[in-house]
Amino acid sequence: MTVTTTQKAATVEFRGLRREFGPTVALDGLDLTVRPGELLALLGPSGCGKTTALRMLAGFEHPDSGAVLVDGEDVTRVPAHRRDAGMVFQSYSLFPHLDAVDNVAFGLRMRKVRTVERRSRAAELLELVGLTDQGGRYPHQLSGGQQQRVALARALALRPRVLLLDEPLSALDAKVRLTLREEIRRLQLELGITTLFVTHDQEEALSMADQVAVMHAGRLEQCAAPAELYARPATPFVAEFVGTMSRLPGRLTGGEVEVLGQRLPVDGPVAAGPEVDVLVRPEAIGVRADDEGDARVIATSFLGAAVRVTVRLADGTEAKADLPAHEATGLGAGAAVRVSLPRRPVLVAERTA
Amino acid sequence: MARLNLWRWGVLGLAGLYFLLPLAASVVFTVDVPGQGITFDAYTRIVSTDGFTSSLLLSLELAAATIAVVLLLMVPAMVALRLGAPRLRPVVEVVCSLPLVVPPIAFVAGLGTVLKWGPEHLSRTPLFQTFVAIQNPDFPVVLVLAYVVMALPFVYRALDAGLRAVDVRTLVEAARSCGAGWPQALVRAVLPNLRGALLNASFLTLALVLGEFTVAQLLGFRPFAVWIVNVSGSQAQLSVAVSVLSLLVTWVLLLALAGVGGRTRTTSRG
Ligand SMILES: Nc1ncnc2c1ncn2[C@@H]1O[C@H](COP(=O)(O)OP(=O)(O)OP(=O)(O)O)[C@@H](O)[C@H]1O
Ligand SMILES: [Mg+2]
Repeated sequence: MTVTTTQKAATVEFRGLRREFGPTVALDGLDLTVRPGELLALLGPSGCGKTTALRMLAGFEHPDSGAVLVDGEDVTRVPAHRRDAGMVFQSYSLFPHLDAVDNVAFGLRMRKVRTVERRSRAAELLELVGLTDQGGRYPHQLSGGQQQRVALARALALRPRVLLLDEPLSALDAKVRLTLREEIRRLQLELGITTLFVTHDQEEALSMADQVAVMHAGRLEQCAAPAELYARPATPFVAEFVGTMSRLPGRLTGGEVEVLGQRLPVDGPVAAGPEVDVLVRPEAIGVRADDEGDARVIATSFLGAAVRVTVRLADGTEAKADLPAHEATGLGAGAAVRVSLPRRPVLVAERTA
Repeated sequence: MARLNLWRWGVLGLAGLYFLLPLAASVVFTVDVPGQGITFDAYTRIVSTDGFTSSLLLSLELAAATIAVVLLLMVPAMVALRLGAPRLRPVVEVVCSLPLVVPPIAFVAGLGTVLKWGPEHLSRTPLFQTFVAIQNPDFPVVLVLAYVVMALPFVYRALDAGLRAVDVRTLVEAARSCGAGWPQALVRAVLPNLRGALLNASFLTLALVLGEFTVAQLLGFRPFAVWIVNVSGSQAQLSVAVSVLSLLVTWVLLLALAGVGGRTRTTSRG
């Protein structure tokens, strides 16, 4: 389609961004690079500065220090309306007084594009987001999902160099969220546009993004591809924020760690010991019914293909394990079980409790 | 439920009587002259009375000018307040409410003093001419200034209610990310969504200016309200007819304003 071609995709760089709001430090030296044509998800708990970072790229917020670069060019002082960044907001942000077509055409109107031309381009964009015959509707006549689609079309109308999405799906219900996120990804790939996607939903980030940047307290914790982030979290924060992690008490001896009566090699940097926590994913924990076992099942919850079993170990720590449904039959609350880990290197972190 | 409805109708009826009875009585009094039957003589006499058109026109001009000035002043100020300094809002609210607390009579006394003092002390400076110009009886700018101040509380409240109902920050930011500069964002994205509030503010200002008597009278100008009082002193029937007429004029103007505001809604596309 003719509308879809953007100019060459841009590189985006954040360099040492810092921003304080009174006593709160929203960004504390954020460094991040987004490669051309990539979809990068900014993931992090509420209040970690994701929106602030995005708004700095859009030009709505100015850093106390640091710089924002697009294609190597410092845009920190460029006003928002010349940033060439399309944005979709978390709240519904369509202009209530304009119908869908005019909303999409708003930017073209600002650029003084002729009426006929901008209407036809707006119609094409609406087609792109699957709203061909809703063009005449006003925002209050559209569902939440449709409104965000129009907002997406509006953001794309000026062929921006970067697309910014600030939790565009958070106000939608689960099903719409799922289809729309697939659609956003499809469009993004089709257009090859550099995209920043803010979310606090880790599943969303992992399933859509080329790279996931995990933020914590205004800093970047780790930026990596989803699979790597999940398999090799660089810090304990990332380990616990992405996916589920159980902490099992262990003891460092030599280069190995003693946990659950097993000796396992340590993966990555070795924490100061000797008392440490071993971090394990639920799918890595084995749970077997065993009358001699000193662990007790305290809860089970059915997840579909798997069953999540919560176990209390002899020393009172709780661990979560995902078992295939057929293995979990007979593991009711209170059942005595034995817990084991596969012979693979494990992550360790400093003891917190 | 039915009982409740009965109550509602009862209350509505009483309220209606309270408002409409005096009005109806006035109308009957003006058209039913004893010994002559039904006649609209009182009304025709008004229109032919000297000063009717000129005073009404003056009032309308004053109202238009006041609405323009007060909106040009308040809309950008209140949008800026919302976006930039929400903490200053209570201060602005109090300042804008002051005219409600200061009685017009005190206000006009102060104004009169300044207008007298000014020319005496500034007679040798160009400011003297300014003082003369703003008191030009054909179009007394000083009245516009006074009415702007008096309209502030109403305009503030109308605009504040309108601004509360829209997410100004998001609208402005959405417009700016679509390549609109500040003025364009304001005019193209925010103002169209404040139409109701702007209309309300204009209504209230119009009603205020058309009915204002104290300030105009004491400063010695002759807009519609002052003219009504002057003309109605002598004849009972004429004076009541004038009141009825002024009520009608205000209503017609408000309806016209609503009509204009409502029509632009459907033609705003493009
Ligand atoms: N305009 C502002 N004034 C004062 N504090 C602010 C402002 N904007 C953000 N903050 C603060 O900065 C911190 C980071 O905010 P930000 O909106 O970037 O978080 P976030 O990661 O987007 O969170 P969420 O997932 O809840 O949207 C928060 O503590 C917030 O309270
Ligand atoms: Mg946010």
